[in-house]
Amino acid sequence: MRLGYVLALPAVLVAVWWVASDDSTDVYWPPLRTILETFPDVWTGERLRADVLPSVLRLAGGYTLAAVAGIALGTVIGSHRRVRAVCEPVLEFLRAVPPPVLVPVIMLFAGIGDTMKVVVIAAGCVWPVLLNTVEGVRAVDPVMTETARSYGITGLARLRDLVLPSASPQIFAGLRQALSIGIILMVISEMFAASNGLGFTIVQFQRGFAIPGMWTGILVLGLLGFVLSVLFQLVERRVLGWYHGLRASTRRSR
Amino acid sequence: MKGVNLALGAAGLAAFLALGEAVPRLGLVKEAYFPPTSRIADALGDELADSAFWTALGDTLTGWALGLAIAVGAGIVAGVVISVVPHLREATASTIEFLRPIPSVALIPLAVLLYGTELRSVLLLVVYASFWQILIQVLYGVQDVDPVAEETARSYGLGTWARIRHVLWPTALPYVMTGVRLAAAVALILAITAELVIGAPGLGARIAVAQTSQAVPEMYALIVVAGLLGLLINVGARTVERRALAWHQSVRGEVAV
Amino acid sequence: MLDVRGLKKVYEGSGRRVEAVRDLTFTVGAGELVCLVGPSGCGKTTLLKCMGGLLAPTAGEVLLEGRQVTGPPPGMAFVFQEYGRSLFPWMRVGENVELPLKQKGLSKARRRDLVADALRSVGLADASSAYPWQLSGGMQQRVAIARALAYEPRVLLMDEPFAAVDAQTRADLEDLVRGLWRERGITILFVTHDIDEAVYLGERVVVLSASPTVVQEQLKVDLPPDRDQLHTRVAPRFAELRTHVYEQIQAAKRGVQLGGTPLEAAPMDAPPPLKDGLR
Repeated sequence: MRLGYVLALPAVLVAVWWVASDDSTDVYWPPLRTILETFPDVWTGERLRADVLPSVLRLAGGYTLAAVAGIALGTVIGSHRRVRAVCEPVLEFLRAVPPPVLVPVIMLFAGIGDTMKVVVIAAGCVWPVLLNTVEGVRAVDPVMTETARSYGITGLARLRDLVLPSASPQIFAGLRQALSIGIILMVISEMFAASNGLGFTIVQFQRGFAIPGMWTGILVLGLLGFVLSVLFQLVERRVLGWYHGLRASTRRSR
Repeated sequence: MKGVNLALGAAGLAAFLALGEAVPRLGLVKEAYFPPTSRIADALGDELADSAFWTALGDTLTGWALGLAIAVGAGIVAGVVISVVPHLREATASTIEFLRPIPSVALIPLAVLLYGTELRSVLLLVVYASFWQILIQVLYGVQDVDPVAEETARSYGLGTWARIRHVLWPTALPYVMTGVRLAAAVALILAITAELVIGAPGLGARIAVAQTSQAVPEMYALIVVAGLLGLLINVGARTVERRALAWHQSVRGEVAV
Repeated sequence: MLDVRGLKKVYEGSGRRVEAVRDLTFTVGAGELVCLVGPSGCGKTTLLKCMGGLLAPTAGEVLLEGRQVTGPPPGMAFVFQEYGRSLFPWMRVGENVELPLKQKGLSKARRRDLVADALRSVGLADASSAYPWQLSGGMQQRVAIARALAYEPRVLLMDEPFAAVDAQTRADLEDLVRGLWRERGITILFVTHDIDEAVYLGERVVVLSASPTVVQEQLKVDLPPDRDQLHTRVAPRFAELRTHVYEQIQAAKRGVQLGGTPLEAAPMDAPPPLKDGLR
């Protein structure tokens, strides 16, 4: 029954696409059959290694950099009221800058190599992580803070056992936003200037009017987004298991 | 306290601007890459005097507002229908979970082929990205409807439409407002992206032109404008959210802290 | 054991100045169980936080075994009213109890023994691997008490620990605290706004005045050490004591000092009675 719910609509949609496009002669909307037939030809092992892997590595590098920097800086800023007051307007502005405009700026400094892409991704992803960490760290429950103090829990132990776990739901909210921004930046930095990568390949197909190839690229990008989101959810469920349990139990008792 | 914070914030901003002036002047980075604040300000002044700039700003805002409006309308309608029609929620869950994380930039090549640099290219990306933000929030919101309130409404014989209006909508509204706030930011990102990458007219396209013609201060000035626009949208959306929901728990909590 | 001398606490902020505690002096002997009662909003929590080293007093001092308390002292444990917010929801019950012990630098085996022993004493031997939010309110407060016990404090400060649990659970927890006190010989300072609870639990009751707080009266509770909910609470002596404390608190709310005493048991170091003729 549940499996039926999960599979029914996707199956219907794919079937509709298949049938509706089957005798399509529109160049831009090739039959789904053609797209699927093209797929294994385009996305060979070689291509996965040469184009998908570099993209994923750049994303991983930039995202990790942003996560580490964002959480570290956010913890510092969030724990000091004065520092927060000084930084807040500047951070609000920097966060509001639409991240894609960073691409031309960072190209000036870092050229068009891998460094540029990693820096672009990091520079765009860091803000949601940073600001959410600040909020999370700031909002640590005062009773918990006093409990920790009364038991002499200070310094690193306080950070590890109180501040970071307590802020983790907020931090994860920031990491989630950052993930979608990271994917956007990965693709467009490769569309701007690259010699390999998913964004580059898709644009090549489009410019060469290899329409079924372009469609397979869109599918791969969609799949990548989906897989990353599933991975993220797995990690989040594991790390924030306590939080979801707590929420469910307060909701029940309400 | 508030006054002190305001002063500290102003000091922080001043220090940021001063740093922007000093770093290139001291030769820590090349002036050609990172012009001092004053030169960016000059360039910004020139931009503000240029009617082409205002046209570009108008284009960006049009794409943003139109796309956001379509996404909000479609997201609310779809969300309510999915929640109200029996079984639809379960049936659509997997599809939504699959489609939502697809990055909207994947649609760029398609947009280029179908619409070129027309406004419709921008709208395609903006609507696709913002739609999910709204839809998901509506679905969360409906989930939050108190079953007792729902039963009460049913027991008094309220019809589907009346239940939507008096029970479902008020409960979901705070979530919808959160969705609109998030979507407003996402919509701006995608509008600028579309202009930057595809070349649809607007601020993004102007930034791309400035970049290719090596007009670095102008490029920075335009980025500052994009940032200010984003700031305005964020602050505006938050204010609207707070005003509209002054009574609601989640907002009240924020204010009290 | 625990000396409070001339304690004064004034909160200052955004142009307002609130004198929460004016001038408090009292002592708690080693191994004693003392209850502090006072009208609501009389600065009980402020006092306790000053004693626990969580707040710095404006004037006066708190001495633990002759040494001035400037920060949370290692020989002291605190049990908060808000049990739900005092336990860390991301840690299991056992981890919550163990955390302060890790900070103390105890060996793993020693920690395990202390945690198991403390959980057993509060009747939660099986709950070690549960999360706090999976437990009822009363059980959560038991965990908080277990955490305090495992810390092996010489002094236990309890800030209205049972104010947020239902009546039956509360009775059980009161008996638990008395049992632990008799068993372990810890010095306990128990703050409550519930007069019955204060008389039932305490060996001595310190009645506080309304804010700005001073000591209204100190009273020895001469009930037998073996107390139980059924008999103690209906004993005539219990009724007399609670009536007396009740009157003192009513007087405290009106801001007067009741002179004399309706009881045989003379209040200990009672402040000099004011001849106000109210009685």
